Amino acid sequence: MSFPWAKQYTPTTEFGQWMDEKLPVPRLIYNSLGAGYPTPRNLNYMWNFGSLAGIFLVVQIVTGIILAMHYAANADIAFDSVEHIMRDVNSGWMIRYAHANGASFFFIAIYLHIGRGLFYGSYKAPREMIWLLGVVIYLLAMATAFMGYVLPWGQMSFWGAKVITGLFEAIPLVGKPIQELLLGGFAPDNAALNRFFSLHYLLPFVIAGVIIMHIWALHIPGSNNPTGVDVKGPQDTVPFHPYYTAKDGWTLGVALIFFTAMMFFLPNALGHADNYIPANPLSTPAHIVPEWYFWPWYAVLRAFTFDFLFIPAKLLGVLAMFSAILVWFFLPWLDKSPVRSGMFRPKFKIFFVILVIDVLVLGYCGGAPAAEPFVMISQLAAAYYFAHFLIILPLLSRLEKPEPLPNSITESVTGKPLTTAS
Amino acid sequence: MVRIIGILIGLFFSGWLLVSFGMGAKEYITNPPAETAEHEFHLEAKEISFSSDGPLGKFDRQQLQRGFQVFKEVCSACHSLRLVAFRNLEEIGYSEEEVKAIAASWAIQAPDIDPATGEMSTRAPLAADKFPKPFANNVAAAAANNNAIPPDLSLMTKAREGGAPYVYSLLTGYQDPPTNLPKANQPGPGLHYNPYFANLNLAMAPPLAVEDQVSYSDGTKASVDQMSEDVSAFLIWTAEPKLEERHQAGWAVLAFLLIATILAYLSYRTIWADVKAKKKKKVTEA
Repeated sequence: MSFPWAKQYTPTTEFGQWMDEKLPVPRLIYNSLGAGYPTPRNLNYMWNFGSLAGIFLVVQIVTGIILAMHYAANADIAFDSVEHIMRDVNSGWMIRYAHANGASFFFIAIYLHIGRGLFYGSYKAPREMIWLLGVVIYLLAMATAFMGYVLPWGQMSFWGAKVITGLFEAIPLVGKPIQELLLGGFAPDNAALNRFFSLHYLLPFVIAGVIIMHIWALHIPGSNNPTGVDVKGPQDTVPFHPYYTAKDGWTLGVALIFFTAMMFFLPNALGHADNYIPANPLSTPAHIVPEWYFWPWYAVLRAFTFDFLFIPAKLLGVLAMFSAILVWFFLPWLDKSPVRSGMFRPKFKIFFVILVIDVLVLGYCGGAPAAEPFVMISQLAAAYYFAHFLIILPLLSRLEKPEPLPNSITESVTGKPLTTAS
Repeated sequence: MVRIIGILIGLFFSGWLLVSFGMGAKEYITNPPAETAEHEFHLEAKEISFSSDGPLGKFDRQQLQRGFQVFKEVCSACHSLRLVAFRNLEEIGYSEEEVKAIAASWAIQAPDIDPATGEMSTRAPLAADKFPKPFANNVAAAAANNNAIPPDLSLMTKAREGGAPYVYSLLTGYQDPPTNLPKANQPGPGLHYNPYFANLNLAMAPPLAVEDQVSYSDGTKASVDQMSEDVSAFLIWTAEPKLEERHQAGWAVLAFLLIATILAYLSYRTIWADVKAKKKKKVTEA
């Protein structure tokens, strides 16, 4: 499952040898994250966000387990138990702010990681399975984050839970029973809070499992690289350790500086003031808005304002919102351009930049109140979003003339043809 | 096949979104949404800074004590502070003895159970008690306050957009309704015009209305402005009592991370030196 020139694990101690015969865990780690994994030598800094997302998942799991020791998943006392953590638990405020802001940083890393994959064609053959598993991780992360935001049982927790589970109500016939099943009742209450807590604790470990498969699938073809050209020989790669552990290591430091600056000095900037008001089923907040990482999808949901024949606008919005992410599952087969990297696709490059701006605009509209002109802007932006993935990419792969590719990674790095460079 | 189905779905979603946009835009042009009076008369919170602002912010304990005095003598008649205990007052500079005295002489009794009979009873609060609530429940609170429930103040500066400056603006923002205010937005019976409040009319009567409503022991002049500022600062503390610890820990963590990151960067440069050198050599050869 690796290149023939990959370094081989050789245990140096007697214990290492014994271990290698009985349970070769050190060998597994050596081959997957150590010197035994040959990695393209030309990866740029966009390749740092996968490991970063993984580290933020670990931060979330560790802080989350500690919070669960003090949190009480009961609708009567959940809010106060969070305040108990903030006020009376030793360093509880630090753990909670790390967990609340860590979710945002996990999503920042994951969005940059997805964007990297989209631009450099990391979803294309032979890496389709890595991409598909990545989409699964993203969906699980969204479910986990949504349920986590419900747990403090503030106003936005309650009304967010009501709105999001209310989406399922739009499904014909089975919608209402599905919503009641999700909530364990007719409205969010203790039953919903308890099952959300249980699932919020479970899903991160499911994510960790899918990440293992994601990395496993990655190690069969090896990492993609900015040129998108296949690795041709040993001169194209460096061992993952120490080269990329060192590179990921120092950028982890930079990421943690941003993260801690946020959690120590602006800990509530990414939250909503309304969530410091205990949940009150009798008082609806003026604007019900999800967390920022859901805003683009929320804008797609609200962009559908007119019924289409017999399909109500709400159902259309729900279908479109789920389709906006599910379309990623078909991406490897929608974009058939044989060239992976956007660097060598002059037209794709332009459309990709438009897509990034488009998603940022959608995000802005999703966080804004549901009023004009934001609805009209999200309609245009959502129209482009679907057109990009479903119309432009399939056509572009036929119409576009890619630029000539370098013969090898080494040639692109050194500017010398492969034959003389090696 | 995937691509043909994809293009059809894409045409449907994008097409219907463009049609919806067209219909919405037509409606927007022919029938533009009228500006609401709330939008026209509502004011953003005033600019005011507190000593706890910014990454170096610290509490001004003298001010917090003045703010506590305002809370005690004015706000606590109607508003609860259910997440804060008397013992927490030691954090703003009161001694243990003073805290005990404050608790013992508090105007509202703490609920308890009579140890002899098991009946519900009340007693003077202890330092370990949270501040007792002025009303037994929301029904009693609404009945005594013209059907409006005075909200708990513990988290107030974190639970409102605009934070402490908003609280300060609200306290100092009461005024006579402007003459051009539409009739629907005129304050009804028991309501008070305040442009800093979202719907312009507030059930709370101006709580800090006259100068020297409280008499500060530190000699500070108790103007309405001063009292409002002090109680807002006090409510920053009740909402975020660990603010100073947070700022201190933040700087320590940042200093550690900065050094660690520089070291990590240097080792990254060292480790990659041979690969980068080879690359340079080859480029110059070429």
